[in-house]
Amino acid sequence: MDLLRVDDQLTDEERLVRDTARRYAADRIEPHVADWFEEGVFPAAELAPELGELGFLGMHLSGYGCPGAGAVAYGVACRELEAADSGLRSFVSVQGSLAMSAIHKYGSEEQKQEWLPRMAAGRAIGCFGLTEPDHGSDPANMRTHAKREGSDWILNGSKMWITNGSIADVAVVWARTDDGVRGFLVPRGTPGFTTRDVHKKLSLRASVTSELSLDDVRLPEDATLPGVRGLRGPLGCLSEARYGIIWGAIGAGRSCYETAVEYARTREQFGRPIGGFQLTQEKLAWMEVALGQAGLVALHIGRLKEAGKVTPQQVSFGKLANVRAALDIARQARSVLGANGVTLEYPVIRHMTNLESVLTYEGTQEVHTLVLGEAITGLSAYR
Amino acid sequence: MNIVVCVKQVPDTATERKLRSDDKTLDREAADGVINELDEYAVEEALTIKEAHGGEVTVLTMGPEKASESIRKALAMGADKAVHLSDEALHGSDALSTSYALAQVLKKIGFDIVLLGSESTDARTGMLAAMLSERLGVPQVTLANKVEIDGSSLKAQRLTDYGFDRVEASLPAVVSVVEKINEPRYPSFKGIMAAKKKPVEKLAVADAEIDAAKVGLAGASTEVVDFADAPPREKGQIVKDEGDGGVKVAEFLASKKFI
Ligand SMILES: Cc1cc2nc3c(=O)[nH]c(=O)nc-3n(C[C@H](O)[C@H](O)[C@H](O)COP(=O)(O)OP(=O)(O)OC[C@H]3O[C@@H](n4cnc5c(N)ncnc54)[C@H](O)[C@@H]3O)c2cc1C
Ligand SMILES: Cc1cc2nc3c(=O)[nH]c(=O)nc-3n(C[C@H](O)[C@H](O)[C@H](O)COP(=O)(O)OP(=O)(O)OC[C@H]3O[C@@H](n4cnc5c(N)ncnc54)[C@H](O)[C@@H]3O)c2cc1C
Repeated sequence: MDLLRVDDQLTDEERLVRDTARRYAADRIEPHVADWFEEGVFPAAELAPELGELGFLGMHLSGYGCPGAGAVAYGVACRELEAADSGLRSFVSVQGSLAMSAIHKYGSEEQKQEWLPRMAAGRAIGCFGLTEPDHGSDPANMRTHAKREGSDWILNGSKMWITNGSIADVAVVWARTDDGVRGFLVPRGTPGFTTRDVHKKLSLRASVTSELSLDDVRLPEDATLPGVRGLRGPLGCLSEARYGIIWGAIGAGRSCYETAVEYARTREQFGRPIGGFQLTQEKLAWMEVALGQAGLVALHIGRLKEAGKVTPQQVSFGKLANVRAALDIARQARSVLGANGVTLEYPVIRHMTNLESVLTYEGTQEVHTLVLGEAITGLSAYR
Repeated sequence: MNIVVCVKQVPDTATERKLRSDDKTLDREAADGVINELDEYAVEEALTIKEAHGGEVTVLTMGPEKASESIRKALAMGADKAVHLSDEALHGSDALSTSYALAQVLKKIGFDIVLLGSESTDARTGMLAAMLSERLGVPQVTLANKVEIDGSSLKAQRLTDYGFDRVEASLPAVVSVVEKINEPRYPSFKGIMAAKKKPVEKLAVADAEIDAAKVGLAGASTEVVDFADAPPREKGQIVKDEGDGGVKVAEFLASKKFI
């Protein structure tokens, strides 16, 4: 079902991107992802080169081996990947929209040459360290700092909840300096730089989440990203990644919806399919409406982005609206599946718990609500 | 090596397909168009041959404006350029006239090897390869599941009911492929972006010296006289195993003369 046929608005090219992403997810991810989730693993070494070969990594960037796709094509790819699992989309978002985009936006020519082609090919993995144990929504007060020593920098501090942290070949680490917040490229194996994975997560289990520790890490001057100073550096990258979530959330929601529709048609109780009961139909109709609306929001924001007109408030609008819709759809779909809804035999509860992370990262629902509140009233509630 | 792949756009087998009541041709507007699945294998084979022997891969499609989506996909997979034969006069062509029209274009653009799918998923006559080779006066190698090019000739393996035949043919030749031949690549995003810059030559019948009287509904030597919907599938018979399930299944199969 897709009553509004939002995809009819896509160009031929965007449809081809969709088809490639959908086929890849169906062939390579969907058959295994429930097991990865259960085991708490993400086989990055195997998947990254495949994702790179097809062009998922740094997809919307141009040059340095990146395909230079438009915003909507990139969004559609995120949607299809997240229909398989939010962990997969997170991997691609962090690699392309956070780590690569930081280097692409703010890096020196040498840094771009060194990292981007390998990262686009999936032969090097990146992570993006902004959040700290004590500073999440409020990164301006981060503790991690870098001090000059001669021409070198000495970094100390720690970063928490970092996707791809322990599997990254290069960490983009944001630290305060006398000169404002700056970005540093920290290669794996740099003395004093260690990682530890977060275990016992019940969400995004098919995704690596780590703590990064920086203990007197010595870096040369050319490890800094020369192009930006201040918090607008990391925030600029986050806006890119959030945009992908606006689309990705639809994928997760759609997968839950499709599962619920199929189940409602075939599961019989009281002598007929549960889809024939009005209460079930109300749930399905509501999901259809929510997905259609989310699809229109994503497409609209995507076209604005392609025209170079999108504002951070519009991206907040999309993230707030679409993740909430997807999570509500997942919960409704779970109830349609009854007891089967709580097992990993069906994708629904996996999406549902994944979406709890998506709700929190890249700006919590509350923070995006406050961004809109400020846009509406002119009064900032948080700074 | 000048490699031409014939690619047909067909209605998506996943969607409902209808014939038009007015002229009994396929309602191509009603369904999403996709590349005929076997033609993706033909494109893959063309790309593999090009990668090993050099040359150029041209996609040739006869079909309405909408067929450009399928051309785009073949270009995104890696073909170099395309020729799109599109003309109102062609609407309703049968296999004979389709082969005539495609052969005229092939004579015009030249080829060392022409690759086709062994059949389409809509009309399924499976005759185009044979008809084309006859019209072009070149060898035909059909149902190939393996193709090797060796200078001016090719060696192929043909899938048959009893195993396979090994055949050789001189080039130029017409080859149709089956799905065992390879695993078609996904169009990469770079390929998709590059496709929009690749040349697509649009031809009308006059451009290819096609006699309009020999094509289209009027020029067809076959006519669809009537059609009817396939009867709905009957509900399957469920055998409950009460200790004698095996026997019941065997009896059923015997009654249908399967065993
Ligand atoms: C699986 C996962 C992966 C992640 N990956 C990354 C990554 O790769 N890189 C990275 O840097 N970070 C990452 N994060 C971290 C994520 O961005 C933070 O968790 C998020 O920004 C929230 O920070 P916090 O968890 O410290 O919550 P807090 O900021 O402590 O918030 C707790 C609660 O308080 C609310 N709150 C806070 N301030 C206000 C306010 N002013 N008004 C109203 N409510 C408020 C929040 O909305 C939330 O509900 C990841 C998180 C998860 C779960
Ligand atoms: C439901 C239906 C029934 C039909 N029945 C008949 C019939 O009984 N007799 C008849 O003569 N016609 C019939 N037609 C007309 C038919 O569409 C055309 O004749 C068609 O081009 C014949 O080829 P095919 O698709 O059967 O080709 P096949 O020989 O099955 O296709 C083999 C390959 O030829 C190539 N090819 C085929 N068509 C094209 C094209 N337009 N452009 C480029 N490459 C192409 C592709 O590589 C394809 O894989 C029917 C059409 C429909 C929709």
